[in-house]
Formats: sequence, structure tokens, C-alpha cells
Amino acid sequence: MYRSHVLVCGGTGCTSSNSQKIIETMEAEIKAKGLENEVQVIRTGCFGLCALGPIMIVYPEGCFYSEVKVEDVPEIVEEHLLKGRMVKRLLYKETVTPQKIKGLNDTDFYKKQKRVALRNCGVINPEDINEYIAYDGYQALAKCLTEYTPEQVIQIVKDSGLRGRGGGGFPTGLKWSFTAANKADQKYVVCNADEGDPGAFMDRSVLEGDPHCIIEAMTICGYATGATEGYIYVRAEYPIAVARLQIAINQAKDLGLLGKNIFDSGFDFDLHVKLGAGAFVCGEETALMTSIEGNRGEPRPRPPYPAVKGLFGKPTTENNVETFANIPTIIREGAEYFASMGTEKSKGTKVFALGGKIKNTGLVEIPMGTTLREIIEEIGGGIPNGKKFKAAQTGGPSGGCIPAHLMDTPIDYDNLTAIGCMMGSGGLIVMDEDNCMVDIAKFFLDFTVDESCGKCTPCRIGTKRLREMLDKITDGKATLEDLDKLEELCNYIKENSLCGLGQTAPNPVLATLKFFRDEYIAHVVDKKCPAGVCKKLLSYTIAEDKCKGCTACARKCPVGAISGAIKQPHTIDTTKCIKCGVCVDTCKFDAVIKK
Amino acid sequence: MLKKISKIPFTDSPEQAAKLDAVIAECTGDVSMLMHVMQVAQDIYGYLPFEIQQKIADGMNVPLEKVYGVATFYAQFALAPKGKYAISVCLGTACYVKGAQEILDELSAQLGIEAEECTADGKYSLTACRCIGACGLAPVMTINDDVYGKITAADVKGILAKYE
Repeated sequence: MYRSHVLVCGGTGCTSSNSQKIIETMEAEIKAKGLENEVQVIRTGCFGLCALGPIMIVYPEGCFYSEVKVEDVPEIVEEHLLKGRMVKRLLYKETVTPQKIKGLNDTDFYKKQKRVALRNCGVINPEDINEYIAYDGYQALAKCLTEYTPEQVIQIVKDSGLRGRGGGGFPTGLKWSFTAANKADQKYVVCNADEGDPGAFMDRSVLEGDPHCIIEAMTICGYATGATEGYIYVRAEYPIAVARLQIAINQAKDLGLLGKNIFDSGFDFDLHVKLGAGAFVCGEETALMTSIEGNRGEPRPRPPYPAVKGLFGKPTTENNVETFANIPTIIREGAEYFASMGTEKSKGTKVFALGGKIKNTGLVEIPMGTTLREIIEEIGGGIPNGKKFKAAQTGGPSGGCIPAHLMDTPIDYDNLTAIGCMMGSGGLIVMDEDNCMVDIAKFFLDFTVDESCGKCTPCRIGTKRLREMLDKITDGKATLEDLDKLEELCNYIKENSLCGLGQTAPNPVLATLKFFRDEYIAHVVDKKCPAGVCKKLLSYTIAEDKCKGCTACARKCPVGAISGAIKQPHTIDTTKCIKCGVCVDTCKFDAVIKK
Repeated sequence: MLKKISKIPFTDSPEQAAKLDAVIAECTGDVSMLMHVMQVAQDIYGYLPFEIQQKIADGMNVPLEKVYGVATFYAQFALAPKGKYAISVCLGTACYVKGAQEILDELSAQLGIEAEECTADGKYSLTACRCIGACGLAPVMTINDDVYGKITAADVKGILAKYE
């Protein structure tokens, strides 16, 4: 028995800011003090509050240390673990009240969260199957194999109301029943862990923090649909997730929880890990299967749907990581428990990756129906530097944006679709007044132009033409007529592309056009970028009354565009200026004005 | 995605060749393992020169055009060698809205190369990469395995100085 447990986050965010070194130093220090039999250091998955990483929690006190540095470790060991005095300066400020230390679940960031998919992330050691089992792991699988028929399992999933968390929102139980209905000598289960949506990292966090729940869920799916083999297709950019998955699979095999005759039920199930190689389109289910087969990851026309003819031409069920992560809880706690959370048509919880201009960047899991205002202002802690909220982007390159006046919309699949947005995989990027919406639309188009696989013409050529039209707008060369053409082309691409990538590629343009048309018009008619982002529409001038003639800007200007005598107001030659902004950064008197 | 093809002559060592031979022998006959073989080959050589693509095609018994097709489809496969210090700037959305483009521009200016290029002395290469999932640290850049988060364009010079 250990008297203290130190949990250190080993997610990608915290590992990037050196948590591995912190663990090693901690273990060495503990040994040096002779505490190795009293204190255990555990590397967990993601805690969610990535903005404050690296993160460390010491139990039994539940002390939450944030932004820990390697140099802080000896002090924590000496003061806290040896002498029993918390290191106050490192405690997460939100948890400190004059009287006592608040529990983590009472802080604004965690209070409104409800953890189902992330329930074990940051709680257990993902590389130890016994910890997963201690937290009711593999109970759901045992229940399915020993108590339920496959039909009953599918009925429970149907009753829970679970819908696909990868973006589409298709009812999961229904999907399973389609595959189950098809007879074949071989069927497959595929887990889509090709998380390509930039700014979304919930799937990675689940794989890193709780890999066994995916293995358990896929085995349950195999039992329900009659499949005996599964593939997890995971991005090669996630090395930690890949390593932990492999460890978890080996451990499950050793304990007979994977492989032949699981729980003496006569049911066999085997799992393989396949690495992606960086192609956004592979997140589309048919493209992903083509890629597993060893080809260029181009999508296939549907029908036939994967439930009929999927991987290697056999009936296949494909679900996203977060969808699978909900399955063990649904089986264990019952469909009613899951369906008690959320809204009428969107049950359960959803994980969002908060990023961009928001204080508490990180991962949050909230019941469906929570409003955007609650997420941003309460959980996310608002916008930093006193800036004004402009929009939240959801659904990545396939999604749209939610403007300020719709902040009170309860977030679920249908409400987001109704306002021309989409749930997507759950990336939620907050933008403030300094972000230009036309520039953001261009950013996403850049992405889709790059990632279009080229198989169908509307997507391959259409997205490129869209991108050129946006260039024309940000260069100040467009007319109002171009805005109509832009919209027309968007709709054409949406209607005529082969797969989801092309069908949704125009969404960022359409959504910004709908909610921020005035910003487009400012670019087109006034030739101005209100947010001051689009370089070609900017001009720099020096305010005569503020300029002291210190010559600092003239010396820094890389093209010699600034002239003026010492102690006399300077001027910028706009024909020479390359709009690099060095003068703005250099001036100590705020005399350079960017417009 | 447009890929730059290397003009630098390819060199092979017996150890490297033996490693690749072993993987090909293990996977030959199963076309679905093609990407795996190519990933291992890239680990061994750092990129996929034509000579290696040809060897994989022969060993896996698939046409060269298939190997080339896969190599050019996926962003991970490189047809040109990387620099001794491979610099990537994340251009995921979270990083982009926090100014990642400025960091890329600054690196470009400091190194005198564009994204997806390598300096003439083979020391630095620069890429704009897809989201690496460290969005909490945005904007992020990596140099080999070192990660630098929450940086500004002004930090670039100091960071590069560590890799002289």
C-alpha cells in the first residue's frame, strides 16, 4: 500500500511541455528520500486542462499543481511528500480559497462537465490493464458475452440513443443492426481514429488515456454484429496513442480478454492497429477502408454501404473513437442512464476540444444541450486580453461558425445543423475581433484544396476555384457580383461531390458569408479588412502628433520605406512598404497606425 | 499535395538494405501491408527515393506506379531528404488563429528557404504540418523531437540559435 499517489499527465500536450522529464525527476527524488515504498508516481492520460500543463495531482489530498517545471520537483517532494506541506505557489489558483483547498470538480472548468467518454482519462494508468479492470473495465464485455444475445446488445445501443460522434451523427445502434443483418463468412469492425480535423484532439486523448475502453467496445461491437476481426486506423502523428494501444492489446490478449474463446463464451475476436500516413480524406469511412487495404485513400461511391460491402469487400461496421468510448458505460449502466443525459434527439455527452482565443484551452465533456455561452464563458474562462468574442468555429474544414448572437443555442446535432453549422468531431476554435472571417474561410479552403484526393471533379477543381475567388476578395480585386458567384459555386460543389469531404468543403465559406457578410462587403466595396489581417488591404501611416522622430522605425524597416529627420515626424512611403509590421512593433509611442 | 522530388544522389548502406529486405520478406504477398513497408522504409532512410520505391515494388510484387501513387497521396511520405534539423510549424486551426503563419514567415526569412524546402547545406528543412494535437500549447513548432509551444515570431531567432 502506498500512502500517496502522484498522478502526472502524460497526454501529448503535457508531454510536449516536458512531463516525461518531470516523472523521471520525481521518481529519482522520491528514491533519494527513501520514499519509494510510500509514494507511487503514475503517468496518466489527459486531464483536459491543457492550457495549464504540465499538470500533476497528489492524492489523497487531491492537490492540483499546474504549470509544473522540472526545477519545481525537488520542492514538491521535499515539502509536500516528505513534510506534508502543500507547495502553495504551484497550486491551480482556481482551487485555492482562503479557508481551504477546493476539489477539482468544484472549479469552473470541471463543474459543468460530465465525463462518460473521458471517465478514465487522467484517472488511471493507461498502460496497466489492472487499473482499467479496477474501474469496472471489461465488465460490460462480460455482461454482453454471458448474459445478452447479440440482438439484445444492439437493442440496448439503439435505446440509448447514441449517435456517431465523428461528425455525421448517424444512430449507432441502427448502424450495427445493418451489419448484423448481412450474412457473410467474415465481417469486420473498424475504429476510425484518423482524427484529421485540425484543432480536435479528443480521440487522441481517449486512446492515450483509456485505450482499453476502445478494445472493450470494439469487441462488444464484434459480438453484436457477428465480426471476429477488427482494425483500429490511427494517425501516425499520434505516436503515444499508437504505443499505448499496442500495449493494451497485448495485455488484453495475455488475460484472454481478446483472442480465442473470450470468457469461455466461444466468441473469438482479434484486433490489428493500422497506421495512417497523413491524409484528411481517410477520415471518410470508405476512404479509410481503401487505405487499410493498402491503396491511395480515395473514397468509394455509396451504395454499396460498408454494412454490405466494406473492408476487403466484407460487411463492416465503422465507428469513431469517441462513439466506441461511450459503449462500455451504456452496457454497464443501462440505456436509460445514458438517455437521461442530453436533449430529445441528441443523447449523452459530447467532448469538445477548446482552442484558439480562449483562456482554458483543453478538453471538455459536457451533456448535449449545453449552450455555447456556458462552454466559452464559464468552462472556458472567456476570451483573454479583454478582447471581444467574434465567433466559434465547429466542425473544422467541414463545419461552420457560430456568431455571438447565437451563443445561447443549446448545442446538439440538430440545432447546429439548423443554423448551418455542424457538430463535426468536436473541435471548437474560438475567434476574437482580431480574426478576419474571410481569412479563416481561406485558411480552411487552403486545407481542403490540399487534402482533396482528386478523384471527383467538383471537389478537385471546384475547391481550387473557390480558393482563387477568396484570394481575389482578400486582394481587394473582387466585385459584389463575385460574392454571388462564390455562393453559387459553393452550392454546386456541395451537391455534386462524391464524398463527405467535397460535400462539406464549402461550409466554412457559406457560414461566414451568412453571418459575416458585412465583413466580405468591407473587403469588396471599401477595400478594407476590418480585423486588420489581410495584408494587401492594409496601410501603415505615422501619426504626426505622436511621432517623436526617434528614427527607431526607420532603422528597422527592411525596405527603407520610412524617412524623416531626427526629432521630426517621419513618413511611410506606401509604394515601398511591404506591410511587415516591424515599425508597429518597434515604435514605443504607438505612432504607427495600421488600418 | 505537391511534393518536391530530391535531386540529391541516393546512397544505401548494407545495414539499411538488410533491414528493408527483412520487412519486405515479412510482408510480401499481402498488399494491405504496403503502407507499413513504406513507413518502415522511410524510418530507415528518412525519405523514399525512387530506388527504394522500385525495390519495394519489386519485393511486394506490385507495379511501381502503385508505390509512387501511395507515396504521393499521403502527406507523411517524403520524396526528398529532410535536413539535420527538421523544423515543422503546426498550421492547425488553433495554431493558425494564434499567429502560426507569422512564425512560419519568420522562420522562412531567418533560414532563407520556403516551406517544404531544405537549406543548401542540408542543415535545416522547413515544413508546415497538420495539427499535431497539442492545441493547448498553440502556436506550436517542432524541431526534430523537441516541441516549442506558446511561441511568438520574436522567439524564433533565439530558438534557432540552439541548433547552430
